[in-house]
Amino acid sequence: MLCDICSKKKATVHLTEIIDEQMSEMHLCEVCAKEKSVQMEQQFGLADLLAGLSDFGKQVKDVDKADLKCSNCGLTYDDFRKLGRLGCSQCYDSFKVHLATLLKKIHGSNRHCGKSPVDFTEVKGDVKNDDLQGLKQQLLEAIGVEDFELAAKLRDKIHEIEKKDGKENGI
Amino acid sequence: MKSKRKTVKKMEFNDFMNNKGEWLKGTGSHSNIVMSSRIRLARNLMLKPFPNKARKKELTDILTEIHGAMDSIELFKGSTFLKIGELDNIEKQFLIERHLMSHDHAVNTEGKALVFSKEEGLAVMINEEDHLRIQVMQSGLNLNDTWEVANSIDDELSSKLDFAYSSKWGYLTACPTNTGTAMRGSVMLHLPALVMTKQVNKVLAAVSKLNFASRGFYGEGTQASGNFYQISNQVSLGHSEQEIIQNINGLIRQVIDQEEQARQALLVQNRPMLEDKIFRSFGVLKNAHIISSQETVEMLSMVRLGIDLEIIKDLDRGIINELFIMIQPAHLQKIEGKKLLVADRDIKRAKLIREKLGGEK
Repeated sequence: MLCDICSKKKATVHLTEIIDEQMSEMHLCEVCAKEKSVQMEQQFGLADLLAGLSDFGKQVKDVDKADLKCSNCGLTYDDFRKLGRLGCSQCYDSFKVHLATLLKKIHGSNRHCGKSPVDFTEVKGDVKNDDLQGLKQQLLEAIGVEDFELAAKLRDKIHEIEKKDGKENGI
Repeated sequence: MKSKRKTVKKMEFNDFMNNKGEWLKGTGSHSNIVMSSRIRLARNLMLKPFPNKARKKELTDILTEIHGAMDSIELFKGSTFLKIGELDNIEKQFLIERHLMSHDHAVNTEGKALVFSKEEGLAVMINEEDHLRIQVMQSGLNLNDTWEVANSIDDELSSKLDFAYSSKWGYLTACPTNTGTAMRGSVMLHLPALVMTKQVNKVLAAVSKLNFASRGFYGEGTQASGNFYQISNQVSLGHSEQEIIQNINGLIRQVIDQEEQARQALLVQNRPMLEDKIFRSFGVLKNAHIISSQETVEMLSMVRLGIDLEIIKDLDRGIINELFIMIQPAHLQKIEGKKLLVADRDIKRAKLIREKLGGEK
């Protein structure tokens, strides 16, 4: 039997494909089969990303992610690692520290620069409240997600309040 | 005011046979090498579970909400709405072959739907991996215009639906590889000369090093056939949509240059060999009585190259582009109106090609 592609050499590799309950066979010579497998390998760009994903899993092993669970849909961080898919938009907030690292790994950046929905109103990088404890928590989170712009604003705000408090307490 | 949308009954499916996808016209910039340009945007509804996590009732509610929003948008007027669960296997395969939906959209069909425009330049998958996958496709190299259309549809939809979005991470998608712009721009290229001169793997390796993906004719996970390659961006976060498009355009222009050079080299170095290959392929297509889809796409690719190089004259590229779709299994079975076994399909396929190319009766 001759190769289905080059029709010159003897077919030694036999491929069976089942599509829509129909079986089709392909008989290839070694050279054409090799070329075909190179073509196939080319198409696995996503494999690199998935490899990155599992590496990332190892990295965060020590972090206490056992209790990590989305407050909206109930997906656990472990589920996400197994499925590679998040459960809802809230998952991004629930797993934000871990996702910040992962997104950076996948995209080389974790800051959106594109369009926003019509009428989207949230002010970018805004400092939300004046409560010192709350601000410190926000600062930790901002550092966690590497939002250094917001972190700097929060740090200044904390300094400002601490300074004011110091004055009021006569220190 | 509510627009009228046709809900397709099974019988009406055959009407599509007479339509020709806008992206198959074979016109537009660099259409000798570029088959089509496509922009895909992924969108989700705020706080609603993503399709893989949603229960049956939630999927149905999401579908109803999105369908309702589309009803009041002018751009969707006259479009076709299909519930995937109501279609049989051949019909689903038919839509995949036409590039209107993905393979994934054809399985676990609960709450899944497809909406597409008459010219098939716009298609929206509802409840695939994300709640919405908006796809705009055009003939030739034209990502900028394609983006403009997708952008305006997205704006219209976002004024009716509450999209999952954060100012830091952009559009929030089920898979973190899509987060950010949630945009995939892809260009389908016909690269026969790079394949013949054995340079295509080198070019694709460079493409992948630059963080772009290359895939086959039918998208993710498919093999390149008929010398067609789809190149698209991998990165969706950290760059604006315009920057991503600019980067793709820059890369595509280089690949086009490489293919042009390879074509010229083949013409100069071995014109008789090239002409022989092209005319033999043309001869087979016009005369064969039994032909597999694999053999057909390889031959069609050579004929398309023949048209591009003006070796074959008086044949419209659009007819060849259309044949790449028409000769696929589900299309043949739809034309025939019944299920056909592989051997019968090979006979019907040969007949269809002979008719289209004015070959042996």
